[in-house]
Amino acid sequence: MEEVFRGMWVVAYRELLRFVQERSRIVSSFAMPLLLLVIFGAGFNRIIGAMTPGVNYIQFMYPGIIAMTVLMSSVMSGLSIVWDREFGFLKEILVAPLGRSGIVLGKAAGSATVAVIQGIVMLVLAPFLGVSLSPLMVIELIPVLIIISLSLSGLGVLVASRMRSQQGFQIIVQIIIMPTMFLSGVFFPVNNVPTWMEVISKINPLTYGVDAIRQLFLGQAGNAIGVTVFGHTMTILQDVLVVVILGVVLLSIATWSFSKQE
Amino acid sequence: MNTIEVEGLSRNFGQLVAVDRVSFQVAEGEIFGFLGPNGAGKTTTINMLCTLLALSGGRAIVNGYDVVRQRSEVRHSIGLVFQEPALDEYLTAEQNLRFHAYAYKIPKELREKRIGKLLELVELSDRRKSKVRTFSGGMKRRLEIARGLLHNPRILFLDEPTLGLDPQTRRLIWDYILALRKENNLTIFLTTHYMDEAENSDHISIIDHGRIIALDTPDKLKDALGGDVITLKAGDNNAAALELKERYSLSPVVQNGVITFSVPQGEKFLPKLMDSFQSHLLSIGIRRPTLDDVFIKLTGRAIRDEEAGLKDQMKGMVMRRGHGR
Repeated sequence: MEEVFRGMWVVAYRELLRFVQERSRIVSSFAMPLLLLVIFGAGFNRIIGAMTPGVNYIQFMYPGIIAMTVLMSSVMSGLSIVWDREFGFLKEILVAPLGRSGIVLGKAAGSATVAVIQGIVMLVLAPFLGVSLSPLMVIELIPVLIIISLSLSGLGVLVASRMRSQQGFQIIVQIIIMPTMFLSGVFFPVNNVPTWMEVISKINPLTYGVDAIRQLFLGQAGNAIGVTVFGHTMTILQDVLVVVILGVVLLSIATWSFSKQE
Repeated sequence: MNTIEVEGLSRNFGQLVAVDRVSFQVAEGEIFGFLGPNGAGKTTTINMLCTLLALSGGRAIVNGYDVVRQRSEVRHSIGLVFQEPALDEYLTAEQNLRFHAYAYKIPKELREKRIGKLLELVELSDRRKSKVRTFSGGMKRRLEIARGLLHNPRILFLDEPTLGLDPQTRRLIWDYILALRKENNLTIFLTTHYMDEAENSDHISIIDHGRIIALDTPDKLKDALGGDVITLKAGDNNAAALELKERYSLSPVVQNGVITFSVPQGEKFLPKLMDSFQSHLLSIGIRRPTLDDVFIKLTGRAIRDEEAGLKDQMKGMVMRRGHGR
């Protein structure tokens, strides 16, 4: 057990060390969300008008974009495993007296920390978008972001445990990320779409992550456009629970898959 | 006491038998050389001894611990320098060592002291804050040796420690290895396909196609050849080889246009040969046997020949060496 914990913190420690030193990675992880926010926001804001009384399109999309930042950063974290395998460092980790599950959890914990930092940095934009922030909201937001990113890091590790090349990993991840992102309610509410799309969106666990963050930000108004399942509007707590279940499942499969491969 | 005891160790990859019922012992404080061509099963054996690979059969005890049932104890007690560099190139030398120290739970009060001492040993103290990606191949290898020793292992595994390094650096690395053994009574398990490096070992085990075909001290292996090695070129090598076989009852090997054979007391045999040899001679040479000769004698081919053919096989397997250099 002690080896699992040591593996976890050693691997997480290195993940953070790497993050601090790679400034390009910090910048690039903001590029995509920011681009979407600015372009979609500017393009649709006037046409669409208010999503619900008091909430314009940018204010609607913004919480979703934060979830998206966390999603991208978490899933991409698996890339470092593929990278380590390619450049040999994974062997140094594997031959050390560290528990295999600790290595996986450490990767997830390290990248979750990075993802949460990035999600929080996105909050800087709030005043410019007319979204009101309170200290309490930020405090509530942090655990939600941690849970989302831990779960999705599990997905990154799972894909990485099967991949031998960085290109392969990137391709698979793109194939997974794109539909997950577009069908999660980041850009439009998933309650009022064609049935097939609604079904897919409501199976997509990220939908609940996005919904939790949005309700946190928009309060009462957010709940009014919240995700409904069989007529029931999800509360923040229920949303988070769905993500937790997803996380447990993904991390378990990832640990199993990683231990089996290595 | 033996530091490593291996009995009937086997490993299959599907149909391929990479290591085939290998048995050997390594005594404490010795340098044990594993010599063989690429693909002979050297790295596979090391990976099993280091708990990185499951065994298909047999058993292995390292430092008194079973590599299957006591993985954690084995891992704590061994140091490993891999064939391909296994450093985080984006971290500094110091950060790489510190990561290792954390992973092996080296107490805080010992950590910095040992890092400093080892960096000094491998002459990298002045580069401790440089990123590893700015290092040359030799510097990386030295840093890896320092890292492998950081947690005071009782055995150091070196998988082709000087592969891809220039002769001068190879020499330097060997100086460290020999000094280490002297100072700490460290057991060193080494794989190599360089004959001259294998000479440094106390015992050599020659491995080919996953099997140990000879195991002894370098001197005894060479003595077993029976004397000196004579190489000659003749107008017609095949005819000359036949003559050597029939008239002098020798067992010559014809390879790359050269006939090689060994005789006891070569300097006395040569004049005799000159007097009576029928075939037309182009050149003749005499030397003390090398491990290369031992390998040729045992397998009928040189280790070097093996590599050209193997490279083609390796092309399909995108792993090991090549990248990161």
